[in-house]
Parts: sequence; structure tokens; C-alpha cells
Amino acid sequence: MGQKNKAGFFSRIPMKLKTRQAIIAYLFLFIPILFFVGIRISPTLYAFSMSFTVRGEIGYTIENYVKLVSDEEFIRSIVNTLLYFIITVPIQLAIGLIIALAIERVNHFKWFYRIMFFLPYMTSIVAVSWVWRLMYDPHNGVLNQVLKFLHLPQQDWLSDPKQALLSVSAMLIWQMIGFSMLIFLAGLKGIPQQFYDAAKIDGASKWKMFWKITFPLLNPTIVFLTVIGAIQTLQIFTQIANLTGGSSGSLGGPLNSTSSIAVYMYKTGFREYNLEYASAITVVLFVLILIVTLIQLKVLNRSYEL
Amino acid sequence: MRIEKLVTALMIVLVLLLAGCKSDEASSDSDEVTITYWQYTFPAKVEEIARLIEKFEEENPGIKVEAQDFPYDQYNDKITAAMHANKAPDILNIYYGWIPNFVKLDYIQPIPEDFMSTEEIEDYYLPMIQTSKFDDKYYTLPTAVRSLALFWNKELFEEAGLDPEQPPVTWDELVDNGIKTTIRDGDRYEQAGFAWNISAQGQHVIPQVLLRQYGIEPYSEDQLTVQWNEKPQGVDAFKFWIDMTTDHKIGDADFMDTPVTSFSSGRTAMVIDGSFNISAYKENADFDWGVTTLPVLEEGGLESNFGSYWTNAITKDVSGEKLEAVQKFLEFLISEETQRDWLENVGELPAAASLAEDEDIKSDPIYAVFLEGLEVAHATPFVHEEKERDIVINAVEKVTLHNTDVEEAFNQMVEELQEVRDEFYDD
Repeated sequence: MGQKNKAGFFSRIPMKLKTRQAIIAYLFLFIPILFFVGIRISPTLYAFSMSFTVRGEIGYTIENYVKLVSDEEFIRSIVNTLLYFIITVPIQLAIGLIIALAIERVNHFKWFYRIMFFLPYMTSIVAVSWVWRLMYDPHNGVLNQVLKFLHLPQQDWLSDPKQALLSVSAMLIWQMIGFSMLIFLAGLKGIPQQFYDAAKIDGASKWKMFWKITFPLLNPTIVFLTVIGAIQTLQIFTQIANLTGGSSGSLGGPLNSTSSIAVYMYKTGFREYNLEYASAITVVLFVLILIVTLIQLKVLNRSYEL
Repeated sequence: MRIEKLVTALMIVLVLLLAGCKSDEASSDSDEVTITYWQYTFPAKVEEIARLIEKFEEENPGIKVEAQDFPYDQYNDKITAAMHANKAPDILNIYYGWIPNFVKLDYIQPIPEDFMSTEEIEDYYLPMIQTSKFDDKYYTLPTAVRSLALFWNKELFEEAGLDPEQPPVTWDELVDNGIKTTIRDGDRYEQAGFAWNISAQGQHVIPQVLLRQYGIEPYSEDQLTVQWNEKPQGVDAFKFWIDMTTDHKIGDADFMDTPVTSFSSGRTAMVIDGSFNISAYKENADFDWGVTTLPVLEEGGLESNFGSYWTNAITKDVSGEKLEAVQKFLEFLISEETQRDWLENVGELPAAASLAEDEDIKSDPIYAVFLEGLEVAHATPFVHEEKERDIVINAVEKVTLHNTDVEEAFNQMVEELQEVRDEFYDD
């Protein structure tokens, strides 16, 4: 530093170096925090207060929530959302784990398999959903053509209210397997080889090693994936919108059989213009996600020991 | 030291940004008025509006019009968000079925009496648009209107041994021709006779065409009552529509996504669609096809049609010199000259009564059919178009997918439609 350089604004005020650095750090943090408060927190609070109002009436009321309790379509959406969770998460975990174990065994082209299975997760959800929508077409779709070729009864897939939710779930599973696989691979890497060596010396079978070593040590990974899966299914929207919506379909249909909480919220807010009621639905969704997150904090922070 | 300079620089940038915002506001106070126009993205309309604005700005040097468009799926979101954020455009192009709700939500203002009085509006336009009178006032002015017609694929008719120049006149003939042109493999369609659907035009054909032909006035004159089931024939009309897919099996809602794709790809012999899709068919259907008026119950029987339109509304807060500019632009948009231009480039029919008898337009074989349809067209007095649409779709799906009794589904649908209406007028 030459003498000619004028001292900066901060260095002219006498203070400790640490304090000065802290102030500068806070200054930098200030802008993202401002952004976060403006974009995230204040709209959330606004939605929260809006959920206690009704258009055209002054003051706060719980009318929206009272209406929610007896709203069949809302209850249907909650049940559907739970179904999405119950159906998709265990299956995608199981398949993800199997694939991860298999890839662990493979010695050549590991990277290739990893990419292949992870690809669906990276592809645009909208594009993928439309491809599946075309595959599910009951008259010309690939799936029915295959069934026909195999002389099996053709199905209605998305247009049958009994099958629609399962059809959406199948796509969700297919898409999420790659993610589970990747996390499981990381989990498997974390298990010390010594445990297996010791077990081998003791004469344990492969099956026993899996249940006594691999599975228990993967427990944190499984809990993590379950929690992530729960949050993702609670928020599921894009896949349903693209598989069932549009001018030729009905969003969340047929007969609301695929509607989720987020889909129902979108419909009431932006199709029926009832933002107050939609806010109430969002608050319910918020509470549900909060519960899941709290459980996650409790369970994930537990330490696992042999 | 460097960090400090960076922080200082950042602050300067911030201050400049803020100052920039301010100076921006100041500059808009010049003598030029800028108004904004919103519509959803329908390519032909977007191009047409761009051309019209250019022409308008040339004629009115003091006014600048900014047009914006949004994909249909997002259009409602954008409007709702903009209204709540007080960032609304000045002119909003909306579907006529949204008017009651938008009035109730206080999104739009009535057309000023001194600009165009209720009487002047009723004189100028086709009677069809009177459905959208709300609280004895008009809130919007359309440029163009649309009606429905039956498109048929002459080549598929010929292949099925039918006279390609002889489209069906009655509904029974339509079903008959439909059966002959359908090719099925078990439950699956390889070719459909009719683009049967409920989410596209089917939902409008039932109340405004079939119910009327079965002798039912679908809504009471004061628009407060849904009378679809006022006579036992109501359910017959409803059943007729559903029977086409469940009994006669001449088409299925899921066949090839939308009616436009299924007909254009040459896999469906007949479709009922609106004039707004003429250009889509002209562009995509590379086979010989024709257009004729909608079927009737029996030859010489009552003709009916469904009319609808997109229309221009002035948003709630527009006033002063902006309102003057908006009125000038609206006047330009609804002029007969613009309507002719609109027909040519967009394919929507003129809304002015004076143009209904226009020889120029009538000489076009396709437009003539739709003009004929307009004469007997009725617009549905929606109060909550999206909700009402869902109710009708669900009722039909209950029958086709859940095997619910037709009469039960029909009566429940009417009840639900009435509830929406009651709820709307109650508040």
C-alpha cells in the first residue's frame, strides 16, 4: 500500500479489524437477505394473512378453513397426495437400492450405468410428462401397442379414474429412481470395508451381510430419501399438470382422480380466482411439510451406531 | 482495501439503480400517452394486433400502444397476479364468459356511456352479444365473434362408400355416417367417425344446440336459473350426446388428443369446431374437406348454434388522458374496417350487425357457413366459466367412466350449475 492511496471509508473509522470484517460481511449478506425477505418470507406471511380473509368482507375469519374441512375435492386431493407418497416412495427406494447394489458389483462401465439411470431425473419434467402422455394414449399409445402385440388386454391408463393415479405414480417412480440410486451409491461408499471383511472371516452369508451390515448402515440414507420423497410428493404438481391438463383434458382429472394438494390449490387460485381459499390450502400444505421437516430433523440427527 | 472499494462500488450501483427508477417515471410524463394491451398467445391474433397497432399509431401520433401476450395456460395467472399487484394493463382481451367474474372481482370497468351507450352498442353489434350485458351495462367491446360448424373429411367418406359431397343434415345421419367411417379394433379406435369430445366444443353443443333442438331454453331470461332439466327431453338430449361414444361408438374423447389433431391427421371423419380453427385446418389438413352447418334433429327442424367471442375490456383504474387514448384505440379496434381485416387474417367473423349481410364475406364458401351459424347462435351466460366447464366435463365422465346413471348425473350436473349461479348472485 503506497502512501498516496487514500484510506478507504471504513479504515478511517477507528475500529478493530474483526469488527470491520464483520460489518463488511453483513453488508454482503444484507442484499441476499433483503431478496429472501422480499421474495420468500413476506409473500408467505401475506398468503398466511390472506387465508383468514374472504373477498368482499372486512376483517379476519376462519371461514376458508371451515369450508376446507367439508370440501370433498380437497379431501380427495389430500388422500391422493398421501397415495402418491405411499405408492411411489417405497418402490423408488427399493428399486434405487437394488440398482445401486448392482452397480457396486459391476467393474466396467460403472459411469455408463450411473448416467443411464440418472438421466430421467435430469431431463425436463415437462418434456418427460408429455412423452409419457403420448405413451399412455389409450388408442395409439406405445404401451397399448405392446400389450396388443403380446395379446394382453389393452388398458385405459390415464383416462380410467381407477388407473390414472397409478399411471402418474409409475412415471414418478421412473423419474425418481435415478436420484435414489445416486444417494444410495454414496451411502454404500460410506460403509467401511472392514465390516465386510470381518463378517467374511466369521463365515457370514451374503444375505446375512446385507441385512446385518449394509441395511442398518444405510438407515440414515433411507430416512433422508424418505423425507425428501415425502416433501417432493407433497408438492407434486408439474407432472400431473402435464399428464392430465391442457385444452384437451381436465387438470387433475378424470374426475379428480389424480388431483394433488398443489394441483387443487392452483385450480382454486388461478382458475377460479379464489386466492383467499387457495391461500388456506397453501397453509395446510405448509403445515404438512413443516411436520415432515420436523420429523426429519428429529430422526436424521439421531446418531446410528452398531 | 479492495473489499471496501467493492462495497463502495456496489453502493454506487445501487444508488444509480434507484435513481434510474426515478428518472424513468419522470420521463413518462411527456405528451405521449402509452397504453398497454394484453391478450393470450394465439399466433394469428398476435400478428394481427401488431399490424393494427402500427396502423393505429400512424393515425394517432400522440398514442403509443404496447401489446403483450401470454400462453393460454398462464393467461389467467398473469391477470390475477397483475390485478393484485396493481400492475394491470389498460386493455384486457378476455373470453366473454369471464366478464361476470371479472366485474365481481372489480378487475374491469363499464364501457363509459359517453363513449358508447348501451343502446349504441346494441345497435352496432349482433344480438348474440347481449348475453354479456351485466347489471344492465356492457363491460366489453368485441371485434369479432365465432360460431360452430361441421367439418367433414371427403376422402374418408368416399372410402366408407358414402357420397363425399353429401354431409349429414340430421343428427341421426351424423351417427349413421359416423358408424360407417369408424374403424375399431375391439375397444380401440384406429379411425373415428366423429371427433366426440366434451372438453372442447361438446360442452357447448349440448346446451346451445341439442337442448334447444329438444325444445328447451337452457337458461331463464333473467339468466338466474339453469333450466336444462325443465322438461324430460333435457336428459334425452344429454343422453344422445353421450350415446354417440358409449353406444354407437363413433368416437372417443381420448382419440388423438384434440379434435384439431385427430381431424387434421386424417384419422377422424367429422368434427364440430369453431371458425377460429379454420386456419388450423387449412394449414394442417392436407386432404379434401368441407364445412357445413350443424346438424338438426329432423330435416327442416330448428337450427341452433353456439356463439362465443373474445372481447376487449378496460381495466378498473384507467382514467384521464389514458382513458381517452384507450377509447380511441377501442374505437379503432371495433371499426368495420378492422373487423374485415380481422376476418381475413384471423378467421373470426365480424361482430357488427351491418357486416352479417356483407356480400363479400358471404361469397366465401367457408365463411358463409359460419355466418349462417351466427344467425341462430346463442352465447351461454356463464358466471364462472371454468367452474361450469368442470361440472359439465365431470358429469359426462361420471357416465362414460363410472357408469353412473345418465339421469342421475344429468340432474346432479344441473343442480351444481345452479349452485354456482346462486353462489355468484348471492354475494
